[in-house]
This record gives sequence, structure tokens and C-alpha cells, in this order.
Amino acid sequence: MPLAILISLAVAYGLMVIGAGPQAQEQFINALTIGAIYALIALGYTMVYGIIELINFAHGEIFMVGSFVCWWLLTTLGFSGAIQDPVLLIEVLVLAFTVSMVTMGVVGVIIERLAYRPLRNAPRLAPLITAIGVSFILQNLVFVMISNSIVTVPQIIPNPLIQIGPISIREINLFVIVLALVLMAALHLFIQRTRLGRAMRSTAIDRDAAQIMGVNINSTIALTFFIGSALAGAAGVVQGLYFGVTVFNIGFQAGLKAFTAAVLGGIGNTTGAAIGGFVIGFIEVLASVFGVGRWSEAAVFTTLVLVLIFRPTGILGQQLADRA
Amino acid sequence: MSAATSRLGGVRGFSSRHQSTSIVLVVIVVTILLPIISLIPPFSGFGTQKDFVGGFAAAGVFVLLALGLNVVVGFAGLLDLGYAAFFAIGAYTYAYSASGFTGLSIPFWPMLLVGALVAAVFGVLLGAPTLRLRGDYLAIVTLGFGEIVPVVFLNADKYTNGTNGITGIAQPNALGLFGINGFGFTNPWPYYLTIVAIITVVVILLYRLQDSRLGRAWVALREDELAAASMGINTITTKLLAFSIGASTAGLAGVFYAAKLSTVTPDQFGFTVSFTALAMVVLGGMGNIWGVAAGALIIYELQSQGLKQLGSFVQGLNVPVVALGPITINIGAINFLNYQYLLYGLALVIMMLVRPEGLFPSRRRRRELHETPAEDELTAPDPTAGDPSQEGGD
Amino acid sequence: MAIPDETTGATGATGATGAPGTASLLLHAHGITKRFGGLVAVRTVDFEIPEGSIVSLIGPNGAGKTTFFNVIAGLSEPSEGTISFAGEQVVARPRRGWAEPFFWFAFPALFVIFALAVVAANLPISGELLVLVAVGLLVTSLVVAIIRPPWYVHLLQRAGIFRSARPNEMVRFGIGRTFQNIRLFHNMSALENVQVGMHSRMAATPIDAALRLPRHNREEAVAAEKAREWLAYVGLGDREDEMARNLPYGDQRRLEIARALASQPRLLLLDEPTAGMNPVETRRMTELIAQVRRDLGITILLIEHDMRVVMGVSDRVTVLDHGEKIAEGTPEAVRANPLVIEAYLGKGAASAS
Repeated sequence: MPLAILISLAVAYGLMVIGAGPQAQEQFINALTIGAIYALIALGYTMVYGIIELINFAHGEIFMVGSFVCWWLLTTLGFSGAIQDPVLLIEVLVLAFTVSMVTMGVVGVIIERLAYRPLRNAPRLAPLITAIGVSFILQNLVFVMISNSIVTVPQIIPNPLIQIGPISIREINLFVIVLALVLMAALHLFIQRTRLGRAMRSTAIDRDAAQIMGVNINSTIALTFFIGSALAGAAGVVQGLYFGVTVFNIGFQAGLKAFTAAVLGGIGNTTGAAIGGFVIGFIEVLASVFGVGRWSEAAVFTTLVLVLIFRPTGILGQQLADRA
Repeated sequence: MSAATSRLGGVRGFSSRHQSTSIVLVVIVVTILLPIISLIPPFSGFGTQKDFVGGFAAAGVFVLLALGLNVVVGFAGLLDLGYAAFFAIGAYTYAYSASGFTGLSIPFWPMLLVGALVAAVFGVLLGAPTLRLRGDYLAIVTLGFGEIVPVVFLNADKYTNGTNGITGIAQPNALGLFGINGFGFTNPWPYYLTIVAIITVVVILLYRLQDSRLGRAWVALREDELAAASMGINTITTKLLAFSIGASTAGLAGVFYAAKLSTVTPDQFGFTVSFTALAMVVLGGMGNIWGVAAGALIIYELQSQGLKQLGSFVQGLNVPVVALGPITINIGAINFLNYQYLLYGLALVIMMLVRPEGLFPSRRRRRELHETPAEDELTAPDPTAGDPSQEGGD
Repeated sequence: MAIPDETTGATGATGATGAPGTASLLLHAHGITKRFGGLVAVRTVDFEIPEGSIVSLIGPNGAGKTTFFNVIAGLSEPSEGTISFAGEQVVARPRRGWAEPFFWFAFPALFVIFALAVVAANLPISGELLVLVAVGLLVTSLVVAIIRPPWYVHLLQRAGIFRSARPNEMVRFGIGRTFQNIRLFHNMSALENVQVGMHSRMAATPIDAALRLPRHNREEAVAAEKAREWLAYVGLGDREDEMARNLPYGDQRRLEIARALASQPRLLLLDEPTAGMNPVETRRMTELIAQVRRDLGITILLIEHDMRVVMGVSDRVTVLDHGEKIAEGTPEAVRANPLVIEAYLGKGAASAS
């Protein structure tokens, strides 16, 4: 599989060169960054679906609210531009990520407890509709209470280019990509190597058996939501820092694309979700590079439809759960 | 089913034997009552009767949408989150046939049928890819289509005039009946009566379909798709019929909508429309034709009138402003109309938790949604939708 | 006891006790193999069902009986093998994948050729229009191929390329079934369940229903009456408005049979019809099964664990173990067969008995 990844990356870079010429490297890195955002969101989708077979429609809004939390924090603390002092910068970043991730994690757990848990045994339609309702609640809360238009997030990470060999990359891109990889690696280790991670995996495979073996299902599911939402919160911070803006309705689109990523990689499969996220990021950037940016949405949704019809188990198939 | 209801005697018996007549009577009564109610205080304080009637005509569009979506979600149990796509298709079909954009000038009334047919065809096309998908995935794919269709209308400038949409769409023409030629923008009554007539016909047809071989097939499909197929039901045809009949109703609504507003733009057909229709179906009572219609009317009126009035009421309370960092909360300045989707969301969540069968449920739905787990375990079918050769050891 | 009209066809060769051998073959399954990944659930099973007979399929748990059943009912595609029913091929494996879908493209391909010929003859038809119509035809044939209406299935059969019958198509051909775990439509009444069973034998279209044309009204009235007859036939005449899930267990099993009978099958597949029944109910069910063959001439394939039922009603018994056929013959012969005893009770039991 690593070989397949390298080949795909090479192909993608080749396409970038064709479409963007001298800007190929920049766009390639841009795609990796955007892909990282989608990957972080996709992880939450895939984990939740793997464990309770529910598409958490509200997940995209968690991402959006996470970005607003970042905005609120930075604005209240009084920042408005790049922070040059590295120590302060690191402190602020740590604070922003921690606050956002923990807040969104808690919000996710609350939503699960109030809106999804009571419906765990209800016919499929009910939790699905509830999830849509929650999504609208979150979106519109932000719309009416904070802002109905674009909000600028202070861009606190300075912008200089760093040279690493033949690659010139901006600090922020490097930061995002590294952060995303670190978070994904941490998640992978957690799921595979820890007791709680094992509990999550077993609940996803067979809830009743796990329960009989002593796994506390409610806590495990709550933990899954916490982690998934925290990752989405992190993605929200990245969105704010990288793009410098956020708005109440980015959650819907981003959520749909991240879900496509999760399905593409194999729903329930965390590695797949990560890979899927990057694939979607590349699709989006390639589309704009080739001048058909306004069709990128349609392209992503068409991908979703095609994957679901022809290969519903995704590229990597099941991992966390063995059900389609 | 008519055997059972006739035992309830009296009115019920009459209404089931003369169903179409009862429907027409009820509609006539409601149609006459609504404008009269708008003249009674406190409603008379909210606006003129003309405003109200115009609002009812607009509500009628959503009643149609809810009726159509009810076929897909309520009858066949297929969660369609992209229903607005068919609405858009109907609207643009009429726009193409009767505006300066194409130069064509086909009259409104036949276009109603044409719009319904075109939408029905797309119902089949957009429904076909979803046939093998389970609930959640079906919902997402339909959501995707619901996004793609307006995006296509937006981006295919050459054929659709992009963001500006198509304007100058011809109004319906009553050909001199009742002394009316063109419908015009100032008089809401012809529109009101037209939408009422369309709704009546649609409701009659839907009741008939529900009480037919197809209606039973839909219920069987919803209950247990595998068993339904094993009893000879072509599940593919049954699902596609649900999609196309539902879509054709949206097509009707679209044609009417395009004529009434005289303009169609892609942003009129976003997810909020699909969501609103779904909220109306769910809150009104999935599967119950009149419940869904009543629910749609109530919700629409609550949203357009109720929220406005709530705004004035709250303003009168003079609540002080609260500040939290960069966020200021000024309750007096709230425009409650902005809150409508928030309230929809809240209502949906609460409904699902408390009364998933909706305000006016059909008896069958209430039974389905309140099945006790014990009954389920004894006789419930295998939950994995698919190869039953996986079930049992033999 | 009212016997519904339009019974299921040829019964001539069966005689009072339904002795097989002289009758024609209703079902012929050859070389049926079903694999699930690495597991072989059914291995090269040949199976014949003479018309008018009652055949039982028995074997220890996990022998592959229900899997085989599902293959015959069209719910499961075999990995290998063929099945023909009433002389027509309905299932064939391995599938020559191109044959069936070929029909999807036949029509548009023909049209494109026609269009090219027309253009070659220099007629003034616009290219865009041709493309549009060609796409339209392609989409239409795809949709028809997906839907598979009965006339299309018929066409495929005539062309000899029909290979994979879906469950609802099996019902049309004349195979009805019940389920091991009862799969009634729980929130429909007993009458409605049976009416659903009649779905494939009714011809009214949604348009007939919407316009309440005479064909629809007549058919619905007749269907309701027939459904009542079927309910009475299985002994549920007074329960027609009862919700299926409120019926007692034994009644539910009989309702399932009424529902299956409503599709006027020539072959009825019963999957453990007496599972969970006490001796009284079992006796009633056995009598019902014999009655169905006697009165209606329906051929029956039975999966059963209760040997009294098997011995009491079958003309022939086939035994499966670990997916393979290990014995076949009259009930008495099979019962004494040492291989069969071994399969059920283990080695040494044969010599002990």
C-alpha cells in the first residue's frame, strides 16, 4: 500500500504540473493542507459510523463551530496578526487547539447523550432525522447569535517560506500537515494499542458481545464521539488559521465532502478516512487548477455516488467494523 | 382496508365509500374558511386578507411538496434529502417553455402535466442509483443529487442563465374564464384557487394509490424488503414508482411556483427547501396524507406569520443587551424569521425523541414506531438487508 | 372448505398418494455449489423434484439446507450450477457476464447503426438531436434492464441467455416460499398479508388504480374475496383483520403459508414449517401440507427437523450433511441408512442401532 500511495502522489503531482505549471509545488502543498482538513473531519464520521452505524450529520457543524471557537478565542485575547515571538505563538496555538478540541469534544458528547442515545434502538429513520435537526440547530445558532456572514480569523502564524531542500513550503502549511499526521498517528496508536481503543473496536464489531465482556458501551460510544468531535474541532482551528475566514455554513459542504472521503476510504476504517480526505483535497485543488473549480462540488458528490454504487466498501474496505 | 373502516360506521363509512367526494368537500370548506379566518382578530391585525391569501397560495406550494415527499419517505420509506431537485426541474421546465429566454410560449395548463412528467422521468433517473442502498447511504446520495442539480443549473450558464436565472416567465392565462385573462401579480385569488385545485386532484390520486396494489407493495417494502421481494413484488419498480410519483408532484409545484414568481434562480432550490419539506412530512405525520398537508400548512403559517408576531412581541419586552467578548446578544433586535430553521431543527429533534410518528400520524405508522422490543425479538426479520443465506446455520 | 379457483396446473400424474417417478420434473437443479469466501456451504448438489410430489430435505444443523433453499428461491446466486423450472432455465452459473447485459445495449446500438445509415444517406438531421436520442435510448434500455419487467425476462429466456432469476421473478415462474424465522408483514392485517401475496398475479397498473378504472375495481374485489378464501383454507377465516404480529405463533406460520399460496405457486418451499410447534399444532400443520398437495396439486419441498412430519408426509427424502447429498430415497430407506444415522448421531451410532 505505501507503494500505491507514492504512485498516486506522483501522479497527482504530475497533474499539478500540467495544470498549474510553475505553481505546481505550491498547489500540491495546498492540496495536502486542504486534504488534511478533510481527513481530520472524515475521521470523526468514520469512527461514529463504525461504532453506531449512524451518519452524524451534525459533524460538519462541529467543525464549523470549532472554527468559531478559535475565532472567538483569538479575538477576545486581542490578537490580530502574525505572532512573531515563537514561544508566545506556540503557547497561543496550544491554547487554541486545546480549547477548541476539548469544547467540541464535550459538545459532541452532549449531542450524543441528548439526541442520539435515546434513539439507539429506534428505526433507522429517527436518529438520521434527529442528526439533521441538530445540524440545523448548530448552524442557525451561529447564524443568529454570532454572524450571518463571513468572519475574519486572526492569522497568527507568520507567513514566510521555509526551504527544505528543493521544496519551499510556508510555515503554516508545514504546521498543518505535520499536525494532521501527528493527530492521525496518535489516533491510530490509541485505537490499536490501548485498552479504551480496544473497547472501541470491539463495540464496533459486536456491541452485545463487547457488553458481555465487560465493556461499558455508553462510555465507549461517548468517548468515540469525544475524540471524533475533538478532531473536527482541530480541523476547525486549522480552517480558521489557514484560510483566515470562517462562516456559519461551511460545515454543510465540508461535512458532505468529508463524508465522501470517509466512504471513499471505507466507512469504519480510520486509515481509509485519512487517505480519503487527502484524495478529496486533491480532487478539489486539481479541479480549480484546471479551471473547473466551480464544478468541484459536483465532482466530489459524483464520486460519492459512484463509490456507493460500485464499491460501497470503499478503497480499503472495513476495518473498525465488519459491516457494510 | 375499506372493510375495516366501514365498521366504524357513520361518517367514516360514508367517507371511505365516497372518498373523492369527501376530499373535495373538505377542501372546499377549508378553502372558504381560511380567507374568512384571516379577517377575524387577532389575525386581521397581522395583515390584509390579500396578504393572507397570497401567503396561502405560497403555503400551497409547500403543501404539494410535502404531499409528494410523503410518497417517497412516508409510503415507501425511502429517506430523500434532495427532494428540491425535482422542484427545481419542474420550475425550470416551465421557465424554458414560457419565457423570453427560449422564446417559447407554451400555455401554463398543459405545462403542468409536462412539468410533472419531466420531473417523473428525473425521479426515475435520480432514484435508480439509490436502489441498492440502505437508509443512511440512500439519504446521503439523495442529498448529493439535491446539491448537484442546483449546481448544474447555476454553472451551465449557456443553458440556464446561471445565477441570474430566468426571468419574465409568462403568467397563467384563464382564457377568459371568470373574466380573467392573465393572472397578474396584484391579485392572489386566481393563484390561491389554482393551487387548491391542484392539491385536491393530487390528494385524491394519492389516496387512491395508497389503497391499491401499489400502496400495499409500498407498505410491504417498508416492513421487510426481502420478504416483499419473495412474495413477488418487484422492489425496483416499487421504489422507482415512489420516486417518480413523488417527483412528479414536486414538478407540479415547480411549474406553479415558476409561474407565480415569474422568475427562477438556482438559489431558490437549495437544501433548506428539501429540509423544510422533510420537516413538514415528519412533523405532520409520515405516511398520513391529510396529516402531512395539515402539517405543512400549519408549519408554513407558523413560520411566516407566527415568527413575525413573536418578533414584535419580544421587542415589546425590552430585554437588555448582553455582551460576551465579541459576541453581543440583543434579544430585542432579533429577527425571529431568521430563527425559523433553528426552530425547525429543534422541533425535529424533539419530535423524534418524543413523538416520532408526527402530529397527525397514520395508525399504521404509530404502530410501527412504537413496536416494543419484546415483540421485535420474537418475530422481527433479520436486520441485515441482503443475502439471507447468511441467516441461520443451514 | 373453499378451494380457490385457478389452481396451479398439471396434476395429472400424481395419483392419490402422489407417487413420484411417473410425473414430469418440475424442478431440476444440477451441480449447485455455494461458497461464502472460503467456506463451501453447498457442494455440487443435484436435486430433482417431480411434479406433484412432496419432497423433504433434512440434515443436521449447518448442513446447508436453508442456503440451498435460498438458491432455489432466487435470493442467493449459486457459485456454480444450473436450475431449471418447468422446463425453463432460471439460474445458470458461471454466468457468461456479457450475455444478459448485452440486451441493455442492443437497442441503442441498433439505433446508432440506423442513424449512421440515415446520415450516410445524406438526410438533413442534426447531429445533436441524434446524440440526444441515442443517449435517451441508452438510458431507457438501462432502466428497462434494471427494472426487468416480465416481458423483458421472457425475451431473455427466449434468447436462451436468462441466467439469474430474482426472487420476485421466481414467484412469477411459480415458486412460493415461507421462511425459517417468520417474515410476515407485522403491521399489516392477516388479510393484507395475503393480498400482498397475490401481488404478482394481479394486473392492474397504478394508472388503473389512480383513475379507479373498472379493471382495478374488479380485480380488487376479486382479490379480497380470494384472500378470504385462502385464509379460510388455512383455518384463519375469522382472523382477517388481526394484525399479523398479534397472532399466536401457530397462526402466524399458517398465515405465512396462506400468503405463499396466494401467489398460486406450482412449487411451494416450506422452511421448517413446524419449528417451535407443540404436537397438536404439528399434526395440524402436517395435515395442512398433505391437503395442499392433495387439493391443489402443488408440489412441495420441505425443510424439516421433526421426523414425524418428514416420515408422515414425504414421498421422498434427501439428506444433506456438510453441504453434500449423502442419501436420497423413500423415508423408510433413508431412516435405516447408516450414513444418515452417522451424520445425525456420530460414528458408532450406526453399528449401535
